[in-house]
Amino acid sequence: MKRYSAFAVAREAFRFHSGWERAWRSPEPKSEYDAIIVGAGGHGLATAYYLGKNHGIKNVAVIEKGWLGGGNTGRNTTIIRSNYLQDPSAAIYEKARSLYEDLSQDLNYNIMFSPRGVIMLAQTEHEIRGYQRTAHANALQGVATEFISPQRVKELCPIISLEGPRYPVLGGLWQPRGGTARHDAVAWGYARACSDMGMDIIQKCEVTGVMSENGKVSGVRTTKGEIKCSKLGMVVAGHSGVLAEMAGFRLPIESVPLQALVSEPIKPCMDVVVMANTVHGYMSQSDKGEMVIGGGTDAYNGYTQRGSFHHIEETVRALIETFPMISRLKMLRQWGGIVDVTGDRSPILSKTPLEGCFINCGWGTGGFKAIPGSGWGMAELMAKGHSPLTEDFGLNRFREGRFIDESVAAGVAH
Amino acid sequence: MLILSCPNCGELKDETELSAGGEAHLTRFGPGSSDSDFEGYLFNRENPKGVHFERWRCSSGCGKWFHAARCTATNEVFGTYSAQVTEPPQEIRDVVSAKRPGWTWRDLS
Ligand SMILES: Cc1cc2nc3c(=O)[nH]c(=O)nc-3n(C[C@H](O)[C@H](O)[C@H](O)COP(=O)(O)OP(=O)(O)OC[C@H]3O[C@@H](n4cnc5c(N)ncnc54)[C@H](O)[C@@H]3O)c2cc1C
Ligand SMILES: [Zn+2]
Repeated sequence: MKRYSAFAVAREAFRFHSGWERAWRSPEPKSEYDAIIVGAGGHGLATAYYLGKNHGIKNVAVIEKGWLGGGNTGRNTTIIRSNYLQDPSAAIYEKARSLYEDLSQDLNYNIMFSPRGVIMLAQTEHEIRGYQRTAHANALQGVATEFISPQRVKELCPIISLEGPRYPVLGGLWQPRGGTARHDAVAWGYARACSDMGMDIIQKCEVTGVMSENGKVSGVRTTKGEIKCSKLGMVVAGHSGVLAEMAGFRLPIESVPLQALVSEPIKPCMDVVVMANTVHGYMSQSDKGEMVIGGGTDAYNGYTQRGSFHHIEETVRALIETFPMISRLKMLRQWGGIVDVTGDRSPILSKTPLEGCFINCGWGTGGFKAIPGSGWGMAELMAKGHSPLTEDFGLNRFREGRFIDESVAAGVAH
Repeated sequence: MLILSCPNCGELKDETELSAGGEAHLTRFGPGSSDSDFEGYLFNRENPKGVHFERWRCSSGCGKWFHAARCTATNEVFGTYSAQVTEPPQEIRDVVSAKRPGWTWRDLS
């Protein structure tokens, strides 16, 4: 692989950009791999990357039914933060956030990580107490956050209206080192690095069945034929229930559409991310100038990648009260992704009832921020059979009543 | 907008006038049941891409519960039926079979 650098840009400028090579190969599948990852979203690709980089397992295929990064990884609003309440969450999300800080250098691919800071608004008495509690928990966990006054919120985000008629701003939980990154670039950067290690990323190839012998996984059936493996990682977000059924087990997960929308580009007006959980909306400004807006999930199961229109209406209505200046903006696009939601709003990184088959899912509305940490932990779990990052996120926690309850901290979709 | 017809009051209702109640026809396991039955009842779900049976409440209408059969991939509604049954009635299953030959759901088809 030719490295990207300022020198490479200069060199290509002198030869009409004719020397750039493809970022990754598009091979046909081999008949057998040491490990197969199903799903080339951020989590699947990061798992493959750290399998190779940290554990030396490089005979790996990542199988994707559509195009890489075309699932939720390419559909999210890119908020990165790690201000969760419970210790196991803080560990994996903070690991991810810290890996994001130098991921561009590690991958030699600009993922445009922008630690611009994230404010979560407190708009009720209950939220004030909740976020003060989270700030204390974060202090103990070593995650830098702070509960700030309404005046400080206004300094950080001048376009906000503190005196909203329904829900005035009473304070906020501020994580200065949170922010955003370019979502496609995260998938592309990992894909390029995986391909460079000799891994095969096989796109337009759907897994249609899971093969097993004597209770142990032996491979997958795909639209490009059968492919054997001794270790299988299912990392398919909204389609986790479909894959689990192929492998013969059920999951504590329901899949629902989650929507987002962006406005026409405008001049820079907001250099932080603001989340308003009570009124259910959040907003940031992309480098192109579009206001990126996320809303709520549908109330019923669905795989339509579209979502119900009234949720968009509710989100926009709430955000206009919070940011009156956006009331005249035109919206350019709206879309949906299928998110995999668990009862305690925490992910599942786990062995499964089928030996050799592992699952990484349940990131629901907020897994973009976790991609590097999740891949790191999942790779260790697949390589060694256990990982300190993932041990609390096992499937058995539901049976044993050891929930990692983030439904308060993650009350809104993000 | 998803529109369902409430079998109790006969009205056509928008999804904003209804409350979704999740997967239908769960067998309720309580104290004394095995851990895996209890776990299955409380947490594990079919979550299919395709035919789904679910509970709804006519919350801005007559206030009563009912059942619906719907395709989660297309939002096509196969029909709605009474809340007082433990599995989908034959006429609903016939509609589903006509539109989705070979469908299964739990041990039903
Ligand atoms: C609108 C929206 C906004 C969001 N905002 C944020 C945010 O601001 N911050 C945040 O942290 N998170 C956010 N999220 C959540 C985040 O996007 C996801 O948690 C994360 O991207 C999941 O990544 P993944 O790799 O697990 O899944 P995906 O990126 O969905 O990848 C799964 C892949 O598996 C493939 N697949 C499925 N079935 C098969 C099969 N049978 N065979 C082969 N391949 C298959 C799919 O095609 C897909 O490409 C948001 C999500 C949405 C939808
Ligand atoms: Zn009714």
